[in-house]
Amino acid sequence: MRFILRRLGFYLIAFWVSITLNFLLPRFMPGDPVSRMFARNQDRMQPEQIEQLRKLLGVDDRPLWEQYFGYLQNMLTGQMGVSMSRFPAPVTEVIGSQVGWTLLLGGTALVIAAVVGNLLGILAAWRRGGAVDSALPPLLIFIGSFPYFWLAMGALYLFGVTLGWFPIRHAFSDTIAPSFSWEFVSDVGMHLVLPALTIVLVSIGGWMLGMRNTMIATNAEDYITMAEAKGLRPGRIMFRYAARNAMLPSVTAFGMSLGFVVGGALLTEVVFAYPGVGYQLLAAVQGLDYPLMQGLFLTITAAVLLANFLVDILYVRLDPRVRSN
Amino acid sequence: MTTSIANTASSLPGETLADPLTGKTPDGGAGLPPAVSVRQSNRSLLHGLLTNKKAMTGAAILFVFIALALLAPVLFPDNPSKITGMASQEPDAEFWLGTTAKGQDVLALTIHGSRSSLFVGLTVGFASTFIGILVGLASAYFGKFIDEALSLTTNVFLLLPGLPLLVILAAFLPPGLGTVILVLVVTGWAGSARVLRSQALSIRSKDFVAAAVVTGERPLRIMFGEILPNMASIVMGTLLACIIYGIGAQAGLEFLGLGDVSTVSWGNNLYWAGNEGALLTGSWWVFVPSGVCIALVAFSLALINYAVDEVTNPRLRKIKKPKPVKPQPTKPVPTGKRAAA
Repeated sequence: MRFILRRLGFYLIAFWVSITLNFLLPRFMPGDPVSRMFARNQDRMQPEQIEQLRKLLGVDDRPLWEQYFGYLQNMLTGQMGVSMSRFPAPVTEVIGSQVGWTLLLGGTALVIAAVVGNLLGILAAWRRGGAVDSALPPLLIFIGSFPYFWLAMGALYLFGVTLGWFPIRHAFSDTIAPSFSWEFVSDVGMHLVLPALTIVLVSIGGWMLGMRNTMIATNAEDYITMAEAKGLRPGRIMFRYAARNAMLPSVTAFGMSLGFVVGGALLTEVVFAYPGVGYQLLAAVQGLDYPLMQGLFLTITAAVLLANFLVDILYVRLDPRVRSN
Repeated sequence: MTTSIANTASSLPGETLADPLTGKTPDGGAGLPPAVSVRQSNRSLLHGLLTNKKAMTGAAILFVFIALALLAPVLFPDNPSKITGMASQEPDAEFWLGTTAKGQDVLALTIHGSRSSLFVGLTVGFASTFIGILVGLASAYFGKFIDEALSLTTNVFLLLPGLPLLVILAAFLPPGLGTVILVLVVTGWAGSARVLRSQALSIRSKDFVAAAVVTGERPLRIMFGEILPNMASIVMGTLLACIIYGIGAQAGLEFLGLGDVSTVSWGNNLYWAGNEGALLTGSWWVFVPSGVCIALVAFSLALINYAVDEVTNPRLRKIKKPKPVKPQPTKPVPTGKRAAA
């Protein structure tokens, strides 16, 4: 329990840092965000809106600490202001409509990569020097060396433009209205294949090598020799004895990646114009939509922190050594 | 993890450095305790690398790219952005890699691009590793309050999502090479600090460090003279991972149009390729070269990193499989003997 409370304290501090960063960035960076936004949206913004905007952003003539506490209060109560590029939609609403797509894309890719990668790692370590062990790691390291947005471009060009097997942009076709029909779900699935595939390709090597290396250490343990001596079936030793004990680092890595799912697919989303959080973040940056930008950053950070906290709790259950500390 | 960039950057996914690639656990599990004398262990690391096929392949690829980057002004004395041909020409005898939609020579852009990409990668790599060493050593050496404070800072930075933070920072700061480097170092140092700290901690608890403390050596002297030399392999691994991160993350940032779009670099080449619709017009030769170059450089660094692990961690070394015929009693494998020395 003490452990959990300590971690909770840490995450609260981390969250506070990111809120503060969000607060300080527009105030200490060169250029005044409100004037920049005004200059950009001249045709759409009335001069009296500037005052409102300053109020909304909290960039006004109040002393800094007063602005700061106002800002903290707004963030904690979920008032993130109004999006400028999608005026007059509130930031929370814009984010809410896109988080789902990101979770779908990132989550699918993460689960596939982690499951397949770990299985390959277990196999590679179990058959040291075998086909899986000698051929796959160098190949996967090589594929993993490509910038994943570049792989995304390649996949889009090859399977989307040239072969025309998969749609090349957005999360579903404009012609179908979102519903829980088979038609819509399969359409979403088709749109998901290419972006998810590129993320899986680059990340699978990391999972495999991580698992392989821990597994190799586990395989050298005495209890494996013991199990072999007892004449247990190899499959049972591999999964129940070796892999199970080599799993822990992978579980941690999975938890950490879970958090990065929300912000991690940014470049892929941009390449495929996939309507998720990352794509929106870039659009907000390009459109100088500061409230939306900050709201997105805070959402992504909160997701990372929350996922990590959940992993910490899970970890206490999985690894008794943490509890005794 | 790699779903975060370099993750972005490893990170994209991974965003947490390239750790999964090398299989290093955050607590620096790959390092061996400093066994004998410092000089000897470092010499055997160097020797191990020189005789390692992976390391030498990696070094050779890297060397070619460094040579190309240095020779770029000689090979293509003209400004690479100059329009010299027709638009979107396929590769032929005159333009080996074809031309862009504007009519620029892709080969010239690619070779000139290596300059900025390698420069940023190396600068970011060395700077983040340097900060990581300072923070990690100070944390491990002083312990107590200083360690608590530094570890807290490191952990917070590790958890801040790298690529989104990169994007936001780049959006607020004036565009330019300096900004890109600054932003990448700010988001990239924490991973190396954590790895280096845990390694330094284990060395801190050794007797020879305690002896140095008792004899009244100055802290700086102990940190850099006694502890650091014993971390050579892990420092090198961290450095390589940071360079990979730097190159990949710069490319990602520039691809988003958040770098300095007026310069020629691999990331900017890809940005323009995307911007000018190379994908939709089918001009694959415009976006393939820069991506392959980034991958080759990252791969060569990863190979060297992998080799460092193999040399320092005998368990990961390739097992020479006994031949099925069961030959004479196995001779000791040469590499194994050296590591034991």
